[in-house]
Amino acid sequence: MGMTMSQKIIAAHAGRDSVKAGEIVMAKLDMVLGNDITAPVAIKEFYKAKTSCVFDCGKIALVMDHFTPNKDIKAAEQCKAVRDFAREKGVVNFFDVGEVGVEHALLPEKGLVGSGDLIIGADSHTCTYGALGAFSTGVGSTDMAYAMATGTAWFKVPTAIKFVLRNKPQKWVSGKDVILHIIGKIGVNGAQYKSMEFTGDGLKNLTIDDRLCMANMAIEAGAKNGIFEYDEITAAYEAEHRSKKPVIYKADEDAEYEKVIEIDLSAIKPTVAFPHLPENTRTIDEVGEVKIDQVVIGSCTNGRLEDLEIAAGILKGRKVHKDCRVLIIPATQKIYLEAMQKGYLEIFINSGCAVSTPTCGPCLGGHMGVLAKGERAVATTNRNFVGRMGHTESEVYLASPAIAAASAIAGKIASPEQI
Amino acid sequence: MNAKGKVIKYGNNVDTDVIIPARYLNTTDEKELASHCMEDLDKTFPSRVAAGCTIMVAGQNFGCGSSREHAPLSIKAAGISCVIAEDFARIFFRNAINIGLPIVESPEAAASIEDGDNVEVYFDEGIIKNVTKGKEFKIAPFPPFLQAIISAGGLLAAAEKGRLMP
Ligand code: SF4
Repeated sequence: MGMTMSQKIIAAHAGRDSVKAGEIVMAKLDMVLGNDITAPVAIKEFYKAKTSCVFDCGKIALVMDHFTPNKDIKAAEQCKAVRDFAREKGVVNFFDVGEVGVEHALLPEKGLVGSGDLIIGADSHTCTYGALGAFSTGVGSTDMAYAMATGTAWFKVPTAIKFVLRNKPQKWVSGKDVILHIIGKIGVNGAQYKSMEFTGDGLKNLTIDDRLCMANMAIEAGAKNGIFEYDEITAAYEAEHRSKKPVIYKADEDAEYEKVIEIDLSAIKPTVAFPHLPENTRTIDEVGEVKIDQVVIGSCTNGRLEDLEIAAGILKGRKVHKDCRVLIIPATQKIYLEAMQKGYLEIFINSGCAVSTPTCGPCLGGHMGVLAKGERAVATTNRNFVGRMGHTESEVYLASPAIAAASAIAGKIASPEQI
Repeated sequence: MNAKGKVIKYGNNVDTDVIIPARYLNTTDEKELASHCMEDLDKTFPSRVAAGCTIMVAGQNFGCGSSREHAPLSIKAAGISCVIAEDFARIFFRNAINIGLPIVESPEAAASIEDGDNVEVYFDEGIIKNVTKGKEFKIAPFPPFLQAIISAGGLLAAAEKGRLMP
């Protein structure tokens, strides 16, 4: 029987000709990721084990992005623990304030992850790198500790849902709207334990930034991973960012999928997820009057250059609503610099936005934009659970950068066409 | 290995942000994490656990969201001896097994057991007994590989004992 893209990558890394859905295998890893929240727990575990060496100091990435620049003494202690570990073990890819970016924007940009790789990360949005044709999934800190010691992890081989994308999205519809649409359709456990495999001739109308955003939110449908078929767009991105030769896995003709879902990209409207689950989606024309107090444009979902470009295009020459605070957080230093060179940051500041150094910050209610009781935010992030961005009685509405920027001007959820 | 106690019951999609809010993730101290466990969903959680509600029962997709291992760690450190759910989000499932928090997937038991029921879980026999209602449920056994991790008390312990060959 044929294999899916995900199954092929797992098989190759497990040293097997083939694997079957449901079996448990041990597989070799190309990259192991942790951040300032999850790595400290993993390091504690690592020290309990008998090994003292990491398996490969070039295949571990430690990214200080969540509570940084350190929000308080405890956060500082956590970063220090990771910094000390990185120095002691000679971890090459340790990223600290000044060169750090939000991990899932940073790793692809640095070329540390890419097509054909098998990657785990102690962060649920590690699934992002599937955009490049990698098998990439989130795990916990104990898995990370074990992986840092052995370079391997256990995997239950997943079944998959195939999404066949057709046609071209309309103006103001981005990867964010597509993935919110899909989660709204299949639900937050619609792909539980499964791979979401994206293919079809509509792929050519989705940029790498669109794909990274979509693969990022595969976990929001409960998926183990999201993966895009490799094409010229992937090839062009990898040529620019990576020296490692691409390794391409295509699904077999007779690969078994639990379901095949056709998505007509041209029929998707700008979509917003209402509190408190990403599946509570409404199209922009069903939203109604929702006044907002804050807008956040950033995160591993939508803090990339294209996202900032869209937001800048809408905010240019306009002012944000007087009752609305707007935070713009470029996801990496490189994106920050490019946004500066292209004049986006000036546009943002002139229209009354606060621009921050790269950080996860408000996305997880950590710092830099926590919400008070009763406040509402439109965010380009990926989760809107109870208390995600602050008080348990605050609300988060998930949307694209275009909707977020338009909402910032209107002071309520709005589309760029309404302002 | 067995677990028994009164049940504390929650609904569907209990996410890791309510199990342990991100604002407390600036520590790895298990006791401190435990002191904030479930506080955004249920302020009575610590007092109920102290009063003997040591079995947590929930609906679908328990533990969805962030990969924070702090979630199962805080549940375990708070004194919960077993979590029964209709199903678990996959990273939470992995993490619970890897750290040795006993979890059981049983849609029937999760649907039928009510808050406050007295429940006993017999892992080796694969049985959940609802003493209050006089009902029994069979648990499907985990694959041998996962059983090896569970019985060793976690992933790293299993690795030390050389039990990690799938
Ligand atoms: S930006 Fe948000 S979702 Fe992404 S890694 Fe940071 S906290 Fe997680």
